[in-house]
Amino acid sequence: MVTKLDALANLLRKYSLWPMPFATACCGIELMATASSRYDIARFGAEAMRFSPRQCDVMIVAGRVVMKMVPVMQRIWLQMPEPKWCISMGACASSGGVFDTYCTVQGIDRFIPVDVYIPGCPPRPEQLIRAILDLQEKVQKTGTIDAREFASRTAYEGPTALARELSPEEAIVAPGDYRTATRLRSLPVVN
Amino acid sequence: MPLQTAAPVLDDVAGADQEFLYTLNFGPQHPATHTTLRLILTLDGETIVKAVPDIGYLHSGFEKLGEDLDYNQYVTIVDRMNYISPFANECAWFTAVEKLLGIELTPRCKYIRTILAELARISDHLLCVGAAALDLGALTAFLYAFNAREKIYNIMETSSGQRFHPSYARVGGLMNDINDDAVAQIRDFVKTFPKVHADIVRLLNRNRIFIDRTKGIGVLSKEDAINTSCSGPVARASGVVRDLRKDEPYLAYKELASSFKVVCGKAGDCYNRYLVRMGEMLESWKIIAAAVENLPAGPVNVDLNDKLTIPDKTATYRSIEGLIQHFELFMWNRRWETPVEEVYGANETANGELGFYVVADGSGKAFRARTRPPSFIHFAIFPLLMEGHQISDVPAILGSLNIIAAELDR
Amino acid sequence: MPYLDTLNAKFAGAFTTSAFRDNQRVLVNAERAPTVIFALLKCLKEECGFDMLAELGGIDYLNYPDATDRYCVVYGLTNTTTGERVFVKAFANDPEPELPSVTALWKGADWMEREVYDMYGVRFTGHPDLRRILMPSEYTAFPLRKDYPLRGYGERHNFPIVTRAES
Repeated sequence: MVTKLDALANLLRKYSLWPMPFATACCGIELMATASSRYDIARFGAEAMRFSPRQCDVMIVAGRVVMKMVPVMQRIWLQMPEPKWCISMGACASSGGVFDTYCTVQGIDRFIPVDVYIPGCPPRPEQLIRAILDLQEKVQKTGTIDAREFASRTAYEGPTALARELSPEEAIVAPGDYRTATRLRSLPVVN
Repeated sequence: MPLQTAAPVLDDVAGADQEFLYTLNFGPQHPATHTTLRLILTLDGETIVKAVPDIGYLHSGFEKLGEDLDYNQYVTIVDRMNYISPFANECAWFTAVEKLLGIELTPRCKYIRTILAELARISDHLLCVGAAALDLGALTAFLYAFNAREKIYNIMETSSGQRFHPSYARVGGLMNDINDDAVAQIRDFVKTFPKVHADIVRLLNRNRIFIDRTKGIGVLSKEDAINTSCSGPVARASGVVRDLRKDEPYLAYKELASSFKVVCGKAGDCYNRYLVRMGEMLESWKIIAAAVENLPAGPVNVDLNDKLTIPDKTATYRSIEGLIQHFELFMWNRRWETPVEEVYGANETANGELGFYVVADGSGKAFRARTRPPSFIHFAIFPLLMEGHQISDVPAILGSLNIIAAELDR
Repeated sequence: MPYLDTLNAKFAGAFTTSAFRDNQRVLVNAERAPTVIFALLKCLKEECGFDMLAELGGIDYLNYPDATDRYCVVYGLTNTTTGERVFVKAFANDPEPELPSVTALWKGADWMEREVYDMYGVRFTGHPDLRRILMPSEYTAFPLRKDYPLRGYGERHNFPIVTRAES
């Protein structure tokens, strides 16, 4: 339930969403183009791209995320203070894109909770602006002043087993390290 | 432990036993490391004692995909390597593939590819100079550069439909011919570009702060440049006079050889690399101006009877040869018949010598498509360039080397 | 080719040559490569003027038509004064493919050899720091080998999941 205080907080927050640009690849260039003078993202209050996660509201994952980068991405997500949202920009961040290979994660929503997905390879700057507007609408409609709407999202929101996944006989299952198939493991403590 | 990344090798650091040395992780997520690079710096106060680069944070398996996609499909992946000048990558890939298949392009195709490759070079240099200036604090130069790149994006969008990653070239030609709107836009670009260039020059060339932060920083000597396999502006700024457009001319550079010069420097520091890039932009502009006026007429794809290029829709639907040719090139078990050989073809892109070593096994897919990535080779010299400098010189040097993470890691 | 005369004088019988389009190639097979390749490249660098190592790449010839050895490392050398190029191919075989490192001749070979090791498992003896460069250091497979599948063996999804309530 959204109270009047929540609505006021949402109004203030949505017009000053400071993005944390987690720009890895080509979508990062479109992110920079959105921030520059032709498709000015400053009109929507989001031009203060602070690269420190402690000072940001929105993590825009722009570009493909590979195996080696997942722990880094998770650590940065855990370092961001509440309330925080995540935009997955581009086909590679949303689902792996063209890169269905041994090292590219097939969608960051397997490991990070995502709020808005942007398709495209790369998405046009107008699509990114549309995503920011959608996120503003989401903040306005469902936000709370003390970020209590996030406590209910306890389930895993990513893709379930898809046709292209490896069957249990094909995946190497061995205890410990990288060669094992996906399974839940305990999270490290990050302050 | 899931959140631990590769541990650096620091046992042989000078004075590693000394406790006052501070290890700083210039991590994969950092504004000045244009996308995902990681540097592990050992500092003595502000002076860098040792810099160990750690890469691989964007390794997406490009070369493995090259063995899975055919020669026309792989152009979409090649686009995504040096993503700020994508058409130049396509030209380089097709230089290698067309050398393998023994195709001679039509003059019109050569000129169009040359024009778009030079536009890609200007686009790359604009972003490199803009981002280097941004890292040193000059935001206006960044905005001017990006605004100029929007014009180039317009041209690419008119000709191929996408702002960048056009996937415009194909084996033996292009996806479709360039139309008059695009030619008009190119002419307009030729008219307006010198002013943008002059704006950036006026902002940075004699700027006391910019010169202080880049002159004498990151000096690469000529012998080191050759020994470490550098190419492109990084090598030319150190005095290595080598440009594949003049030494091994490809596309239309032989006919246009009189309209451009090769820009070289002597001192090999960051300021020289910046000046070489600014000079190269003007030379590229001259090539485009000469080429767009002398654009030959004629077909843009090679002759249909050679069975190498995709026929256009009129030929596909209205002639039996076109239909068969379309079928042959798209069915997964047919495609081209290539010689069982291997070949290396290289282009001079904005970053340096981008080459592809293509091993063919007779089918329509490459058996091995190895990329010779200039960014990878240039990032390897980073510890060499960092010796004795301070931590605030790191963004200056990184910006001058133009490291594109996707080409670095592939 | 003038460099062929120099090579024939010193290493007669250790190599074969071939050419295709404008690529000139010098091939050293797997039994001669570990002993001969360093001296051959040194000769090309110092006496024949090929001072730049333009390229160092690996190829896995498993199931290639008419292939005799499995792994190949291609050294692309360039003469910066005349612009001439030559491609030297050194072969190696399973079970433990090994070749001498050329970092003593060209500093640029350092990272390129690390990449060939990372992707194929070919060890380079004498390399100052041979460890993985593109894949994570805990990774155990060699991805570009022909018997490793494109989508891997499930390593790419082996990470903890962060749900919204916990983060």
